[in-house]
Amino acid sequence: MSSQPRRRRLEVEQIGDVTVVNFVDRKILDEQNIQIIGDQLFSLVDNDGLRKLLLNFGNVEYLSSAALGKLITLNKKLQAVGGRLVLCNIDPQIYEVFEITRLDKFFNIQKEEQAALQAF
Amino acid sequence: MPLTVADTMNYPRDVQPAVAANVTISSDPAEARRIQEEIERHLQARHVSEHDIFSIKLALEEALVNAIKHGNQMDRTKKVYISYQIFADRFDVQITDDGSGFDPNEVPDPTAFENLERPCGRGLMLMRHYMTEVVFNQRGNGVLMSKVFRRNDNGKK
Repeated sequence: MSSQPRRRRLEVEQIGDVTVVNFVDRKILDEQNIQIIGDQLFSLVDNDGLRKLLLNFGNVEYLSSAALGKLITLNKKLQAVGGRLVLCNIDPQIYEVFEITRLDKFFNIQKEEQAALQAF
Repeated sequence: MPLTVADTMNYPRDVQPAVAANVTISSDPAEARRIQEEIERHLQARHVSEHDIFSIKLALEEALVNAIKHGNQMDRTKKVYISYQIFADRFDVQITDDGSGFDPNEVPDPTAFENLERPCGRGLMLMRHYMTEVVFNQRGNGVLMSKVFRRNDNGKK
């Protein structure tokens, strides 16, 4: 556990059997911040037992490779328990980051939240 | 005498930068953040396009994380040396750490399927994509990066 007060970095909403996650932060950069966001995402799977996660990137303007690492780990965790991860609403500049690293092929990425909800 | 970006890239050496700074920070992400914000403010004040600023910020983030985390192993007594210049047409930066260096050619291809889940290499790849030039020194503890600004600032691309 971090000694820092654990601010909530995620807004979580249940739509049917899909858990929609919005990021509070506009920039997912800071090492410590990424660690906390990663822990909170993993906790949704490990502690809350959620299996269908939809990450909405609508608020996010910025993202580094360390954050991509957390998303890959999250995907792996979900796959291991028969769950699914879908990403949506990714800003074009950030989508380019996924394309360059070829993670656009690795993740299920949808444009809009509505289409993403259908993707499960 | 350390190499400057202009020496390495064959850029004209007689042009004076509009902004030039040499900063030494401890291996502290908060200090790195302060420098990144300072650079961003300079770029915005000079009306550099949003996409160029996005590119530079991302490359700086990756390079500084590499220096602090991999180079200096988060050891706060070790330093990161940052030198940057902003010209009318480009941004140059040199980032050196106190670590023992690495061989950028040994970093596995992060886009290979078997490496997709490995954390390494992706930052380096983003630096190379977003900057015009990325050159490591021989020891591998220093990187020179340069971004030539897009001429047309009124369109998206």
